[in-house]
Amino acid sequence: MPSMKLFPDKCGGCEECVSSCPYDAVTMRDGRPVFGDACNLCGACAEACPSGAIERPAATASPAVDKTSYRGIWVFAEIRDGRLARVVLELLGEGRKLADQTGQNLCAALLGNDLGTLPEELAAYGADRVFLAEHSALAVFRDEPYAAVLAAAVNQYRPSILLFGATATGRSLAPRLAARLRTGLTADCTGLDIDRGSGDLLQTRPAFGGNILATIITPNHRPQMASVRPGVFKPLQRDDHPGARFSGRGEVVRLNISDDLLTARTKVSGFTAEETETVNLEDASVIVAGGRGLGSAGNFALVEELAGLLGGAVGASRAVVDEGWISYAHQIGQTGKTVAPRLYIACGISGAVQHLAGMQGAEIIVAINKNPEAPVFKAATFGLVGDVVQILKELIGQLKTG
Amino acid sequence: MRIIACIKQVPDTAEVRIDRETNTLIREGVPSIINPFDLNAVEEGLLLKERFGGTVTVISMGPPQVETALREVLSLGVDQAVLLCDRAFAGADTLATSYTLAAGIKKIGSFDLIICGKQAIDGDTAQVGPEIAEWLDIPHLTYVRNIDEVFPAEPAGASITVSRLVEGGYLQASATLPALLTVLREVNEPRLPSYRASLRARTQGITIWGVADLSADPEHIGIAGSPTRVSRVFVPEYDRQGQCFAGSPEDQAKALIATLRSAGLA
Repeated sequence: MPSMKLFPDKCGGCEECVSSCPYDAVTMRDGRPVFGDACNLCGACAEACPSGAIERPAATASPAVDKTSYRGIWVFAEIRDGRLARVVLELLGEGRKLADQTGQNLCAALLGNDLGTLPEELAAYGADRVFLAEHSALAVFRDEPYAAVLAAAVNQYRPSILLFGATATGRSLAPRLAARLRTGLTADCTGLDIDRGSGDLLQTRPAFGGNILATIITPNHRPQMASVRPGVFKPLQRDDHPGARFSGRGEVVRLNISDDLLTARTKVSGFTAEETETVNLEDASVIVAGGRGLGSAGNFALVEELAGLLGGAVGASRAVVDEGWISYAHQIGQTGKTVAPRLYIACGISGAVQHLAGMQGAEIIVAINKNPEAPVFKAATFGLVGDVVQILKELIGQLKTG
Repeated sequence: MRIIACIKQVPDTAEVRIDRETNTLIREGVPSIINPFDLNAVEEGLLLKERFGGTVTVISMGPPQVETALREVLSLGVDQAVLLCDRAFAGADTLATSYTLAAGIKKIGSFDLIICGKQAIDGDTAQVGPEIAEWLDIPHLTYVRNIDEVFPAEPAGASITVSRLVEGGYLQASATLPALLTVLREVNEPRLPSYRASLRARTQGITIWGVADLSADPEHIGIAGSPTRVSRVFVPEYDRQGQCFAGSPEDQAKALIATLRSAGLA
């Protein structure tokens, strides 16, 4: 039964491992750590040990598949309201980098009905090849037929990597498909890279409510599946001129769809749009967000006013959403939305890791907080230490007159 | 209705703090709780039982201390609690965890509905629910904010209709039973333990199964059954070039506006 490996000679008895364990699985006995039943082999203790006295056990499993026979980086082309979901373009943008890095093809897997010019769109945003399944039974997303068609395509064409947007659809379909393929899936990745040694996909994601980052690998199974949050990556520039970068790309391959793949035990009978105004934080280039440091719901109105003057959207930390100052649709962070605007102004937000996880991709971050030790300043491009309400009033006043 | 709810005991990640000196998690003083979404799953099971009659069985995979979490749900009125506990299950990623839970559910017997929480607040993957459904070859529906209707027995077969949260609104969707649902916090308000159920819970037996009790393929459990592995764990470090604007609020605002204007943002 593999367990964490201790090198007692290197251990200085500092007990960093004990406090670093998220599962409370490490206790000290005779000045040395003991790894208990709750140990999940996550490796946080190995990371925390200042003397390198702890190691994770080496992978004992031999490769379940011949990895070299799996080639190709696939992106699931989710459709929303008849168009490609924006996250698909972002995945193609990142997928293009990975494809060029490894000399593989970037492909899109497009399922639906009446697909029109969507294959050309996918090619215009970077796909070398589009695998297409067009059928009335696929007109509306349902997990079972989509998983069945994709599984058949994966088994036939053997991609090395398969990427999904971490959307409602992606987070339902990807795990079902991963279990069907008996392969690994890493959810909500905020970073993807290729390991120079093994060629494996390095999948980085927040864990423990965004308190830590973990890099995950799928060393012995294929395809390597990962879902990525919207707003994490950037699409390429759309370019479909002949002779331009994507010329000759966009070969369409129609997948064989036999009837047995199309059975479904679920049905979709309707869609109800949300009553509250759609808060389009993901597309906003300016976001002004408020936190508990504002003091009251009344003061939160200053955030809204500043956002209006800058032509931006209004965001909020989880604390003020829980207080009821503004609706959940505006929440930014680990359990809210991930955004990457040009400008993010954090007003009275302390910068808990859970919040930073949702906005640290912004180009320019301005932090306004009365506490100079607030963690948000470590993540900020510009910091203003002082009374948030006063500073906001000054900003609003000067912008109005300026 | 025979309902099974899956729960997980997790560290309360909202209370986890980072030691800035060493950039590691401070685990001391962080309580273990039942994953909040799973309490909603259990509550939904109890509500369906109150409406249609039947039983609610709660199952969990974890170390022996998970017994305290199972005692807690017994005191809510759950009929049976099952703990899958064995060192051979440890080190499992979502695929191995879902396989093990599916094996446990098969041993429990036939069921109409499995209810899971949307995601666990430590792993945050939201994968185990749909994966269990795949292992058991039943349909699933995620992000359920409301169970609209249940048709326990119909000429065409039992089914359930729900509202699912998607981007921009809600979908009305239905599945034939048996099925698996994952639920959001807004599906219900979990009840508090009742005095009578708490008394009963103190002496109620918790069924504990290890690897020998389940028909489980050793290739699919624990580390052997985990295609993903953690390569490294680290605390995110932010090192932006932080420039502070000093002075009175008026001066600070002036400096910021000038900076934003030169960037074309104001």
